[in-house]
Amino acid sequence: MSATRSDIRSPEPGTARLEITDLDIHFATDGGDVHAVDGVSLSVAPGEILAIVGESGSGKSVTARSILGLLPETAEDSGAILVSGTDVVGLSGRRLRELRGEDVSMIFQEPSSAMNPVFPIWWQIGEGLKAHRPKITRKEIRAEAITALESVGIPDPAERIDRYPHEFSGGQKQRIMIAMALALGAELIVADEPTTALDVTVQAEILELLRDVRDRFGTSVILITHNMGVVADLADSVAVMYRGSIIERAGVQELFANPRQEYTQKLLAAVPHLGRRSAWTALSTQQQQEIEDAAPVVVAKDLVIEYPGRLGRAPFRAVKGVDFSIRAGEVYGLVGESGSGKTTIGRTIAGLERATGGSLQVLGHQMNGVREKDFKPVRRRIGFVFQDPATSFNPHLTIEECIAEPLVVHEPGQTTTQRSQQVRSLLESVELPSAYATRYPHELSGGQRQRISLARALVLDPELLIADEPTSALDVSVQSTVLDLFRDLQARLGFAALFISHDLAVVDSLAHRIGVLLRGELVEDGHGPDVLQRPQHDYTRRLIASLPVPDPVEQAKRREAFQREWGRGATD
Amino acid sequence: MTTGLDTEVENTPASPAARPRRRAGGGLGRYILVRFLLIIPTVFILMTVVFFLMRITGDPITAALGGRLTPDQLAQRRAEAGYDRPLIVQYFDYLGGVLHGDFGMSYTDRTPVSEILTTYGGATFELVVYAVVVALVAGVPLGMIAARTRDRWPDAVLRVVAILGYATPVFFVGLLLKLVFSVGLGWLPVAGRISTRGELTMGTILNPSPFYLLDALRLGRMDVLMDVAGHAVLPAIALGVLTGGIFLRLVRTNMIGTLEMQYIDSARSRGVSEARLTTRHALRPALIPIVTVMGMQIAMMLGGAVLTETTFEWNGLGYMLAEYMKARDYVAVQGIVMMLAVIVALSNFVVDVVAALIDPRVRY
Repeated sequence: MSATRSDIRSPEPGTARLEITDLDIHFATDGGDVHAVDGVSLSVAPGEILAIVGESGSGKSVTARSILGLLPETAEDSGAILVSGTDVVGLSGRRLRELRGEDVSMIFQEPSSAMNPVFPIWWQIGEGLKAHRPKITRKEIRAEAITALESVGIPDPAERIDRYPHEFSGGQKQRIMIAMALALGAELIVADEPTTALDVTVQAEILELLRDVRDRFGTSVILITHNMGVVADLADSVAVMYRGSIIERAGVQELFANPRQEYTQKLLAAVPHLGRRSAWTALSTQQQQEIEDAAPVVVAKDLVIEYPGRLGRAPFRAVKGVDFSIRAGEVYGLVGESGSGKTTIGRTIAGLERATGGSLQVLGHQMNGVREKDFKPVRRRIGFVFQDPATSFNPHLTIEECIAEPLVVHEPGQTTTQRSQQVRSLLESVELPSAYATRYPHELSGGQRQRISLARALVLDPELLIADEPTSALDVSVQSTVLDLFRDLQARLGFAALFISHDLAVVDSLAHRIGVLLRGELVEDGHGPDVLQRPQHDYTRRLIASLPVPDPVEQAKRREAFQREWGRGATD
Repeated sequence: MTTGLDTEVENTPASPAARPRRRAGGGLGRYILVRFLLIIPTVFILMTVVFFLMRITGDPITAALGGRLTPDQLAQRRAEAGYDRPLIVQYFDYLGGVLHGDFGMSYTDRTPVSEILTTYGGATFELVVYAVVVALVAGVPLGMIAARTRDRWPDAVLRVVAILGYATPVFFVGLLLKLVFSVGLGWLPVAGRISTRGELTMGTILNPSPFYLLDALRLGRMDVLMDVAGHAVLPAIALGVLTGGIFLRLVRTNMIGTLEMQYIDSARSRGVSEARLTTRHALRPALIPIVTVMGMQIAMMLGGAVLTETTFEWNGLGYMLAEYMKARDYVAVQGIVMMLAVIVALSNFVVDVVAALIDPRVRY
């Protein structure tokens, strides 16, 4: 029986799994001293799941890493971090290694990069075991590896311990990471964004596994996350970090129901909540009718997109016969998990990939078999916003040059002054000061860069905008302002848009129509409320049910409903 | 609610997301076969390019004897050798010969090129093997130390050592070594592969191979063995230091990369010691790009070997190549360049196979 979530244990001194007092962490950088963590104190009781939330740069990850003594050499920490009674601050060498793994272990954000790609699973589990029990035999290691994989629900563990990491799915890899932590009997697991890189249905399973591990072994968990839905789902208590300090700490229900700090209130308000805001219902009946009657700008009929296989191999079919259309002035939200083909569809509409079967009409042009020469005039009528604002700009160009690039290509007649003027007025419309025109991309924050990305996509006044996960690399509060901006601009300029995202709540708040992709097939297509409230396909229902909402009371009910329908087992 | 995730899981079908099973066996065999077959077109293209490049600059007879004979005599000689035929006919003639293992006859000393290749090729191969051993033994561990002590003084020192290693010309290192260890200290022989007395003893062996060390072992004579080994030390170091410096930098850069990977922190968080993280966890993934560059380096060493062989009068392919070039013996040069091309193609093949063995992701 799991501990009830409302009872917040205030542990006796000395009995806590983790006791951090007055932790200060400085980084010596070229630009001077950075005070990353400033006087943090917190404790974690046995079996408690504490979530540390905050935006990027708040110091939550640094705090987490300091618990295992994993800070880089440039960092200097002071204060005390008691793990099962041993102070980690200043600890090094053998004693630190003994503590790592046995008393506290860590799970990382990206399970693919947290495992060594060139060694089989059993060997990697064995390395931890050997570090603590030098005399362990190969046979014992293999036996323990099987047990460990079994305990986290990996099917066929006896056969699969000989596999390499790339032979497992993302969710399975994260399970194996948890298994590695468990194999050494760690009583405290530091989980740094353990589900951020995973699909939402897989996330639900990993959260369930962590809960199950806590219930079975009484393991304490420190959950570092920026996802308030995950917090509401899993945590017993929450610490909110802001600029290196914990500004608020409370039980999970208390925090969500009654946030005391203004920052916490703003943070919670910025989180999209599934079903609370629908772009379609926000329109008047007349506006809805206008969209319904508008001519389509994109029509896909039985669209197939294949990537050629290597010599002598069958091609990979990413999109398997999809029908949908986007009307003028309509925002079409395409939702799906990684590998579902959503990005491929977006790129094909923009002419960046080839349609290989069926029909795809984009602004009146057939894309199946299109030639670059014929497509070029169409290209200027399409804008594209990429997912990662950090890599979608040429670092050697100023912001002005980045935004003006499409003008240079498609409006060769324009003078430099005209271009410059247009760039400045665009900067204004994406709510950035025009002085930014002379800056370089790396001088801007992620949110600012994504605004620039939007400006660049809009510079030719496109009829169709394709936005591929434009906010998934951003912090929640930044995401919410970028989404607001997108909504404003779309309403003002009236372009049609394909909005690609893995987050149903975000899509619903933005898109008039939603399509759900599953392994290259469109399993659901309809207006927001229809898809979310009356989903036709089992997968859509599962997707909706897996998404944790940022409200612990509501989420507890949703989870129960989810378990009634789908059970608690591992399916990934 | 004490759940048994483990029991429920057994009823779940295997993951659709997991990749289809691809075990090492068949996949690797096919991979190796494909890589091996790719050698054929590579060598063919190289052979064609070498042939036509050689012919563009004229025929061997005019090159060797032009000016010394009258034009009539030259034309007669050319006709005798078949160099007056259309180029394409000569090309197919040459191809046909190569297919039968006939690379032609060297013009200056009337030796079959195939014989030059086996005799001197063996010598070069022997030298390159020694040098690779030197380079590996020096470069890899030092590179690991440099990566481990990144930006601290051992790293700084090693980086300078590496630069000195690969920036100093081979012949200069060679001369320096000779000056100190042969002329100055008199510890090691100045040049050659073996002393005259050793050669005489060696002459008694049946079916001599081009590899002196092998023959000395077969002979079972300690004095001959020491003689052969002693002659190899300085050339091996001269050539090995150059490549060792490159290996050092290569290992350092790649190890710094892998030491920063999250899987290193992940293993560290489970208590794995720093020494083991360096020598096992970080080294093996770093080896994948290292092996690729090493393959190219070994190919480059054959070029470097020309200088080393000349410096130490080591009668290998490089030494002979220089000799034949001086004599403008294009037939022999063409054969030797061909041989080098084949060695490069073969070493690339070996690199691909080794990389596939290290990296489980490279299989198909």
